[in-house]
Amino acid sequence: MADKVTAFKEHHHAHHFRNDEHQFETAKQGMWVFLLQEVLFFSPLFVGYLIFKFMYFQDFHDASKHLDWVMGAVNTVILIVSSFTVARAISSAQKGNRDGVVENLIFTFICGLGFLIVKYLEYSHKFHDGLLPGHFFSNPELLETAPHANLFFTFYFLMTGLHGIHVVGGLVVFAWLLKRALNNEFGPKYYTPLECAGLYWHFVDLVWIYLFPLLYLVG
Amino acid sequence: MHHSPAGENYMSYPKGFSTWIVTLDHKRIGLMYLASVLFFFLVGGIFALLIRLELFAPGGQYMTAQQYNEFFTYHGTIMVFLVIIPMIPAALGNFVLPMMLGAKDVAFPRINLFSYYLYCAGAIIAVSTMFFGGVDTGWTFYTPYSTTTATNSALMLCAAFIIGFSSIFTGLNFMATVHRLRAPGQGWMKLPLFVWAIYATSIIQVLATPVLGLTLALIAIEKTFGFGIFDPALGGDPVLFQHFFWFYSHPAVYIMVLPAMGVINEIIPTFSRKPIFGYKAMAGAIFGIALVAFVVWGHHMFTSGQTDFVNMLFSLITMFVAVPTGIKVFSWVATMYKGSLHFETPMLWAQAFLLVFVIGGLTGVILATLAADIHLHDTYFVVAHFHYVMVGGTLMGFMAGLHYWFPLMFGKMYNEFWGKVACVIVFIGFNLTFFPQFIAGQKGMPRRYFDYIPEFRIYNELSTIGSALIGFGFVIALFYFVYALVWGKKIVGKNPWRALTPEWEADCPPATENFHHDVVVTHGPYDYVGERA
Repeated sequence: MADKVTAFKEHHHAHHFRNDEHQFETAKQGMWVFLLQEVLFFSPLFVGYLIFKFMYFQDFHDASKHLDWVMGAVNTVILIVSSFTVARAISSAQKGNRDGVVENLIFTFICGLGFLIVKYLEYSHKFHDGLLPGHFFSNPELLETAPHANLFFTFYFLMTGLHGIHVVGGLVVFAWLLKRALNNEFGPKYYTPLECAGLYWHFVDLVWIYLFPLLYLVG
Repeated sequence: MHHSPAGENYMSYPKGFSTWIVTLDHKRIGLMYLASVLFFFLVGGIFALLIRLELFAPGGQYMTAQQYNEFFTYHGTIMVFLVIIPMIPAALGNFVLPMMLGAKDVAFPRINLFSYYLYCAGAIIAVSTMFFGGVDTGWTFYTPYSTTTATNSALMLCAAFIIGFSSIFTGLNFMATVHRLRAPGQGWMKLPLFVWAIYATSIIQVLATPVLGLTLALIAIEKTFGFGIFDPALGGDPVLFQHFFWFYSHPAVYIMVLPAMGVINEIIPTFSRKPIFGYKAMAGAIFGIALVAFVVWGHHMFTSGQTDFVNMLFSLITMFVAVPTGIKVFSWVATMYKGSLHFETPMLWAQAFLLVFVIGGLTGVILATLAADIHLHDTYFVVAHFHYVMVGGTLMGFMAGLHYWFPLMFGKMYNEFWGKVACVIVFIGFNLTFFPQFIAGQKGMPRRYFDYIPEFRIYNELSTIGSALIGFGFVIALFYFVYALVWGKKIVGKNPWRALTPEWEADCPPATENFHHDVVVTHGPYDYVGERA
């Protein structure tokens, strides 16, 4: 498959860059700065969660037992695999293997979708148990025994929700990349959007790798 | 990108309104920011004048207490988020930063336009709250009031969230631009100090703004769904909000003031015809301020129940801010020492900046002193202090920069005489407005109050008269700028200030692609040879 010769579309760097390499490096740096911003964007939730976890240790412990660690673990595996495939998509582009790019992007997309389906199953179970936070919290058992479980689920839904939004954003990007890849736009000379999307997806993966133990395991 | 034909410039080519709204040219985006920022400066200024009008005498005159609360909220929110933060980086910086690097554009022109539209969207939502219930929380949105108020704080929070991302993307863009698009020969030590200042500002924007964004979103969500993160009744903690808020909003003070320092760095050597004193120390001081900015937020919360030890620590670190700031002030003065000084309008504004900013900075040290702060917290002393820094620092720095780069931006020159008159009137008006507030605050007049006891009357009268003077000065500026734009004479040749930084190698106004040649930097930005005979 790698032997097949693909006629890649010509790509011209923008007028304010010296050459393709200059543009690639600049875009990558911009992406890294964006991810830095993302870390800080998530940080209040992590800080807040940790503060309240130590303030209401027992309640948070009891509340976290209502999470299904098996589902969390499945999602962890899904995301790690998808991080691998997105890296493969980039290396396929570097080698000029268009089909490799397409296949790996499709696989990554399916993984992201799978993650969201598992998340949906988890969420609907929580809704059913009355674990939606704020005004909606109505779980009879926790209301009685753990008065601050509401706060735990506030953080659970905010953190996994914000992460979920990032997954949805990733899927939109992958769909767009897939369209461009099918159009023969990515090859050894130009794969900047793939590279940046890859960095983003690794970040989304990494956030989950922190969320999973914090919410599901150490509780 | 099209090169403009001979005789055309970035404003005249390509033609048509539709080419402006989709433009990727950093100069046009800079001008659009400039127009928007000046418009909101007018709106925020009108709210300020209304507040001062009401406070001219004790008791209620022209508005209810509730209206008063809403007016100062709009004054603060509009001025902070829509005017002072984007004023220098997004408006002036967008225009001159790439040119100072000899570049054709910022690193990501499309993101640049996107961030301008985010700004517009945020601004429209912010203004629309006036018609959907108003907001009366003050610009700080302290909980639990902001989550329980009957006014529409959630909508205003959304607006601030969106404007925050506009600010983040501008910072991101400028960081990559400074790293990657410098002209050949332009090492870090040959950068104009304005670039250093904008770079440091961008780092703060990228690192601090997302924390504010998420925190404001949390309040909006908490208010809507009854979450309890900041609500003590549900086990939450309102002081946690203050920590998150000031983790951004203190560094935000430096987002506001560092660019102004950058402008002053350009103007003082150019109008002294002397190299800047201590280039490396100046660049280092900018970074020193940016660094310390992140670890002083607790000084806003000395009376919020932090432990004494934490208070002490924050107090000490806060005082460290004075060290790099002092380095800058002394270096500016040393630059002027024995220089060949030219007091055209930009330099006059720079002098106004220096005088006022020193007072703003030193009163900051007073407020950082724990014992004094217990007395002065939430009084007009604080109001006067931060207006000396924000208005006296940022706004005067902005005016200095606007006059300095006006000929570059438009190829026209404003009237020098009226420029000086406006500067002097604003300077006098400013001090008349805010200096009495130091005294009133020191005597115990609390901020944000609709009414006050008769003892404070004289200070408030002076203050209100001063505010009218400020308004008058800016109206004069508006007139001579408009006059210059419409009827002003075209500038002959380039570089009216004989400056050495690369942006002046371009025509006034610049061509669409900025320069007609590839800029190569062979000398430092301030290698002026003395003019004294």
